[in-house]
Amino acid sequence: MTTPSLPPNLARNSRLDRWVAIRPDGVVEIRTGKVEIGQGITSTLAQIAAEELDVDYTRIRMIPADTGRSPNEGVTAGSRSTVESGNALRQACAEVRHAFLEAVARRLGVGIDELFIRDGTIHRRASNESATYWELSQEVDLARDADGGATPKRADQLTLVGNSLPRIDLPDKVIGSGVYVHDLELPGMLHGRVLRPPAYRAVLQAFDSRSVEAMAGVLAVVRNGRFIGVVAEREEQAVAAAAALAKCAIWHEPADLPDVDELTAYLQSLPSKQMVLTEKGMPPEAGVRTVSATYSRPFLAHASIGPSCAVARSQDGTIEIWSQSQSIYPTRKDIATTLGITLDAITLHHVQGAGCYGHNGADDAALDAALLARAVEGRPVRLQWSHEDELAWSPYGPAMVVAMAGSIDGAGRIVDWRHELWSNPHIARPGLQESPSLLAAWHLDRPFAQPPGIDALPGGKPASQRNAVPIYDFAHQKVVHHLLDRLPVRTGTLRAIGGFINTFAIECFIDEFAHSVGVDAVELRLNHLSDERAIAVIKAARERSGLASNRQRNGSRGMGLGFARYSNEASYAAIVVEVDVGETINVMRAVAAVDCGRTINPDGVANQVEGGVVQAVSWVLKEQVRFDRTRITTRTWDDYPILRFTEAPPVDTIIIDRPDQPSLGMGEAVAGPTAAAIANAVFDAIGLRVRDLPLTRERMMVAINQS
Amino acid sequence: MTKAIEFNVNGARRAVAAEASTPLIYVLRNDLKLKGTRFGCGQGVCGCCTVLLDGRGIQSCNTPVSAAEGRDVTTIEGLASGAVFHPLQQAFIEEQAGQCGYCLTGIIMGAVALLKRNPSPTDAQIRSELDIHLCRCGTYDRILRAIRRASQQKNKTKAG
Repeated sequence: MTTPSLPPNLARNSRLDRWVAIRPDGVVEIRTGKVEIGQGITSTLAQIAAEELDVDYTRIRMIPADTGRSPNEGVTAGSRSTVESGNALRQACAEVRHAFLEAVARRLGVGIDELFIRDGTIHRRASNESATYWELSQEVDLARDADGGATPKRADQLTLVGNSLPRIDLPDKVIGSGVYVHDLELPGMLHGRVLRPPAYRAVLQAFDSRSVEAMAGVLAVVRNGRFIGVVAEREEQAVAAAAALAKCAIWHEPADLPDVDELTAYLQSLPSKQMVLTEKGMPPEAGVRTVSATYSRPFLAHASIGPSCAVARSQDGTIEIWSQSQSIYPTRKDIATTLGITLDAITLHHVQGAGCYGHNGADDAALDAALLARAVEGRPVRLQWSHEDELAWSPYGPAMVVAMAGSIDGAGRIVDWRHELWSNPHIARPGLQESPSLLAAWHLDRPFAQPPGIDALPGGKPASQRNAVPIYDFAHQKVVHHLLDRLPVRTGTLRAIGGFINTFAIECFIDEFAHSVGVDAVELRLNHLSDERAIAVIKAARERSGLASNRQRNGSRGMGLGFARYSNEASYAAIVVEVDVGETINVMRAVAAVDCGRTINPDGVANQVEGGVVQAVSWVLKEQVRFDRTRITTRTWDDYPILRFTEAPPVDTIIIDRPDQPSLGMGEAVAGPTAAAIANAVFDAIGLRVRDLPLTRERMMVAINQS
Repeated sequence: MTKAIEFNVNGARRAVAAEASTPLIYVLRNDLKLKGTRFGCGQGVCGCCTVLLDGRGIQSCNTPVSAAEGRDVTTIEGLASGAVFHPLQQAFIEEQAGQCGYCLTGIIMGAVALLKRNPSPTDAQIRSELDIHLCRCGTYDRILRAIRRASQQKNKTKAG
């Protein structure tokens, strides 16, 4: 007999009590290695656990992750949590449920099939005998490995999954409970701030902090290489001291940044390693029409609303850290390397932070706090970044370029499709490379090298190539990736990673093809798709939005569509937007049709879709990290505006539920399609094709001059 | 210079010892342990730290505590009465208006001030009155629906 294969994250953390604890008081504790970053994952996982255990949703307590007890599930990223943790938890809970059923069956001397469960109470069908999980919680031993001996529910057995249950985190958030790491209050807690260099590679030439050490409330000024920080009794004292520290330092700043307005040429000029991702068919002799176009996006900031924060306490050779990190285990590893101590000496607790859309400053702040805490042994230090540092020092989503070319024949078949992308490695998360990937580690007196970055997680697919290989059926296609070295601007993963620009380019280019031969752009897509689920979302979005090439035209208004299956294996999304193009572009409304397989929580999916669309509208219309030759210059909301209340479109979401299909992550699926939909709608409105993001007034003027 | 500053917070007289120039947010969060007011930008332009000063919405990150002396400050903690949520808080839950939630307490305080001035705002008025408030997760439309719902419910209650 072969052992049934367990979901990978359960196989890696196989003890059932690592995931589930049934308490005698009727509460079910669920542990997961995935963390809440605003996406609602703890509610989704609670819903899955309640379903498989047959208990009321309100009994579930999601225990925040920590490196002491929680399952090690690596990073919370890539829209993989519902799949990875969800599948592990589903199986674990099914086995726990089965263990309780067996215990009751033994006690009553009946078969399991004579029992049923309602909210944690196991009833015998033939009599009024019953027993509860809570009574049996001491008797049923969960300190054992999952063995695949129970099967999760089939689609037709689901009662909770598929319903819009409320988020479990929201009540605390609307009443202002201290849910964030920023709100932690430990006895004797001090406040820390860090003074970052003015530029990535600035050299500290002179530093004299004596005046700051004498300031009210200042307990320690920390200087280790060009890592400079201060610890004070009160928060405003730490803020004032950090401002004063800036005047104590004299820096040399090399002019080593590229021209921010010439990034396409810059990226294409760098040395690169060339990889052919797909090549099939023979290039045609000659297409009826040959088209080419180059698309780009700038560096994009996470632009979190709240600055990165962490609390740390150094005591008796151990360090305890409370952090909003997405990767508590890997981050612990890099902190241990940096500090030269063992893993066991560090405990990392996850506490929520402000919204997180990829690799931001969270992990850096954890190390910052640890470095400051070491200066005031025994007392906890709460370290918070400034908003300016949040915008200037967090890793950025990399600038990327995609050059498309191809041809289409007289019958409207795309007979040649070429896609070339230029991108550096996207992944710079902690714990994956030899040298620590934490900002302060590179600034110490004996600095660690900033690691080169990687483009794929172990066993995973390259991040920058996501969606580069088209989902469409093309007779001839060739996709080439020019992999660049690490860029002089700090980069990391940002929501939808390479999928954003690859989808933007593909979905704009299809429209450009359609325009070149005068066919309907949506029909052109449908004619090159065989995946029924892809076709279904496109048709649904078209129908609901009223998108049709023969529709009534309305002055400066235009409509456009974008589609993708995120990373070619996650959720399907087709987006239609309507824009009004005047001095600037106004996105009036969006329609999203999505298919994420079995929908756990329809409202949770809609929330992710709405937020994803709005964030993508913001990227497309407004966002661009700017720098001069030495410094990042976008450091405030004035320099780096994001979409505001008056600019955000309503989003009408259609979910095509597939209860028999595996659940797929939703968080990143709409970004690329939304971007293309906007550019296509602008073209529809005014006949202007803008290929370089963001689509600001200045960019439109440049495009007009070039056309 | 540090001195004792007295003001009313959520209906109770409070005295704190702080520099007059200390931003109000630090006094609320660190001295009075009212952690529901969130620090965002520190420049008064993102709305996260909004509280009410004599019933009007202000940004507590760039308002010195001395400006509150002798006046009434209302924070998010002052809205619910016991276990009963404020109608706006209830409406935010009913509309599931939020993701990370970091902006929410500031927005709810901004909405309290708005509905006080204008109990039946139009959608356009809600959007423009709350335009200072940034939500990076992109839940603006849910927030709009929540405020609309609270406004309608309040007016219904009054009419009934």
